[in-house]
Amino acid sequence: MPSKVERWKDETYGMEIREHLLRFAEEGWDAIPEDEHDAWFERFKWWGLYHQRKGQESYFMMRIGTPMGRMTPEQLRTVGEVARDYATGPVENPEFGDAYADFTTRQSIQLHWIKVEDIPDIWDELESVGLSTIQACGDSWRNIVGSPVAGRDADELVDVWPIVQELHEKFKGNDLYANLPRKWKVAMTGDRRGSGQGDINDLAFEPAIKELDGEEVEGFNVNVGGGLSRKEPRFARDIDVFCRPENAADVAAGMSSLFRDYGDRDDRFNARIKFLIDEWGPEKMRSVLQEEYMDYELPTAGQGLRDEYDYNAGRTDAHGDYIGVHDQSDGQNFVGLSVLVGRMSADDVIELADRAEAYGSEMIGLTQRQNLIVGDIADEDLDDFLDEDLLEEHSPDPHPFMRGSIACTGTEYCSLSIVETKNRMVRYGRWLRDNVDLPEGVNDFHIHLSGCTASCAQPQIADISLRGMKTRKDGDAVEAFDVGLGGGLGENPTFADWVKMRVPADEVPGYIANLLEAFEAERESPEQSFRDFVAERDEDELANLAESAETSYEDPYLGNTKLTWYPYAEDTSMDASPAPTDPNDQPLPSDD
Amino acid sequence: MTTDVHQLDDGAWVSVNDSREVNVSDLWRLAAHDFCACALADFLAEGFVEVSADGANVEGRIAGRCIQCGAEGVTDWLTLGRVDPDTGEFRPVVPESVHLPGRRRRPAAPR
Ligand code: HEM
Ligand code: SF4
Ligand SMILES: [Zn+2]
Repeated sequence: MPSKVERWKDETYGMEIREHLLRFAEEGWDAIPEDEHDAWFERFKWWGLYHQRKGQESYFMMRIGTPMGRMTPEQLRTVGEVARDYATGPVENPEFGDAYADFTTRQSIQLHWIKVEDIPDIWDELESVGLSTIQACGDSWRNIVGSPVAGRDADELVDVWPIVQELHEKFKGNDLYANLPRKWKVAMTGDRRGSGQGDINDLAFEPAIKELDGEEVEGFNVNVGGGLSRKEPRFARDIDVFCRPENAADVAAGMSSLFRDYGDRDDRFNARIKFLIDEWGPEKMRSVLQEEYMDYELPTAGQGLRDEYDYNAGRTDAHGDYIGVHDQSDGQNFVGLSVLVGRMSADDVIELADRAEAYGSEMIGLTQRQNLIVGDIADEDLDDFLDEDLLEEHSPDPHPFMRGSIACTGTEYCSLSIVETKNRMVRYGRWLRDNVDLPEGVNDFHIHLSGCTASCAQPQIADISLRGMKTRKDGDAVEAFDVGLGGGLGENPTFADWVKMRVPADEVPGYIANLLEAFEAERESPEQSFRDFVAERDEDELANLAESAETSYEDPYLGNTKLTWYPYAEDTSMDASPAPTDPNDQPLPSDD
Repeated sequence: MTTDVHQLDDGAWVSVNDSREVNVSDLWRLAAHDFCACALADFLAEGFVEVSADGANVEGRIAGRCIQCGAEGVTDWLTLGRVDPDTGEFRPVVPESVHLPGRRRRPAAPR
């Protein structure tokens, strides 16, 4: 039997949801019938609106999808202005202030505290500069990820930007692909870095070379069925297909039609294509694609470039990110800036857009490591640009602990969360920077912190993986983390080994300090990467490497932040919540 | 009276008569259970896997972990709350009090 969500989608889904949202905006929050909240919230996701958690009723998270994370300075400024004018709630965040934008691990932007009444004005502003919230959440083609510097990167095989634009045009707002069994995440990589992180996407195009009709063709190998969620992580599997750049849209159409038709609509937990390929195997996936969805003969896979991949690969010979100054193919430079946990104040977003424009940049990039790139800085301007005040906070040369940290949304806004995330990661980062010496030779150290098993911060592919949990400490329930070690992408992608369970959140920094000490003492040589060090050891050895410990680190969020209406309010109790509110954050009169 | 229940947002919520009522991340105390070896399991709810209504009773099976012993899995059926027959209002159970999973015989539930 189709799930309830499928029945709602059958009634109303896709483009038409927009008209309803505009109507609700006109009539106000109260116009959404209470007994239809579930159905409407499910549908709103398709237009990029996700309801915030308990205690924050009537507020929405708004997601803006930017293909490959690529934007113009003008678009970035608009995002900053929308954040400043609309993404403010009843209470400030103690680390980030009252208005900010989140840059996400899928190269999108999230704004919080959005009121339904403001949506038309926000859409007007975003759409006037070519930005959209379409299909940013919900069961359809999500934001396409890839390297934001495609076409500028001196280190690439194929410039994928024209192809990604073609896919974005073709699959956004297209009724044929509007209603899929679940989300559909696509990554396209044309560089030698592996920066698309295709391995963790439903459909991945990986750069490859293939001899066809006596000619060497540069294109892609096609992998299917990656994803990290629900303790069922999978890497995308090779279905032995090579794809010419001009056929990418056909193959993508074929694969997403196959998913539309064969994905499980009865059980949402089983719906992602990673489970279909578990069931079918890559050979059947290939043959069904070929026979039912393609009108030309698919070539077999070509020679990939995996051995060169360094993005989030944990290598010691290359940085695994885009931070710092890099050569562009046109002789200019792109500069990657660290944005701690991906969150930037609205004022800084606007300032950065202005600075980028002043230097003649035509490209801002959001990366899958929650950082930001400013493209097109000329050699002669580089020193001045690097001296800009803003780059003290958002540095092109950050401390490795700040550089490598990723965190998801967590209990601040998210219903699924078990623990507080971003503010805690900021505090971890600062404490580690100030108290822990990295072993010699370690320039990158990736800590990914996710508030639950949905794994939005990609915890399984980091040096240290933190996943929200709880435990008891002196009898009291406290926020905690399961700790994993040694995950990463690159030539041989690996998921972290979960070695320490339920470490109280205030003992995690002490654990990391002890772990790094053990690593330094026991590693083969300063050239051995942390990832290789972990790979050499079995689970028991890893578990015994280090113990968690209380230190001078203090954790203000140790209690149950999910039971608060907002973790940083003065009165955090659920009863103190002003929600649901009017557009000015004033409580609406309750009707009972 | 029929009660309409379903899980939403990837098992984060149990919705009762189209209202999100029971959320993940609470600790549930389970007694007389076979989830783990603890006499009194200290169970962190991470996701609602199956939900159903038995008259006014709303029940569910929850994926999660006992934070005492570390056992992971899905619980037997637990009563999550009751719909007040007079007012139609859902009254959730208190997760921290002690629950006895799977006590009643139950019909096969739709997923
Ligand atoms: C209110 C905030 C958010 C909510 C409610 C949410 C919800 C979810 C859920 C339910 C899943 C599991 C989906 C599944 O079963 O496939 C998931 C996975 C994921 N989400 Fe989020 N998410 C949020 C924020 C984010 C952010 C900030 C990002 C970055 C773009 C993000 C990116 C991802 C990724 C990368 C995965 C895991 C990989 C995968 O399985 O495909 N999410 N999210
Ligand atoms: S990982 Fe979990 S807590 Fe974090 S944003 Fe995703 S769904 Fe929310
Ligand atoms: Zn137990």
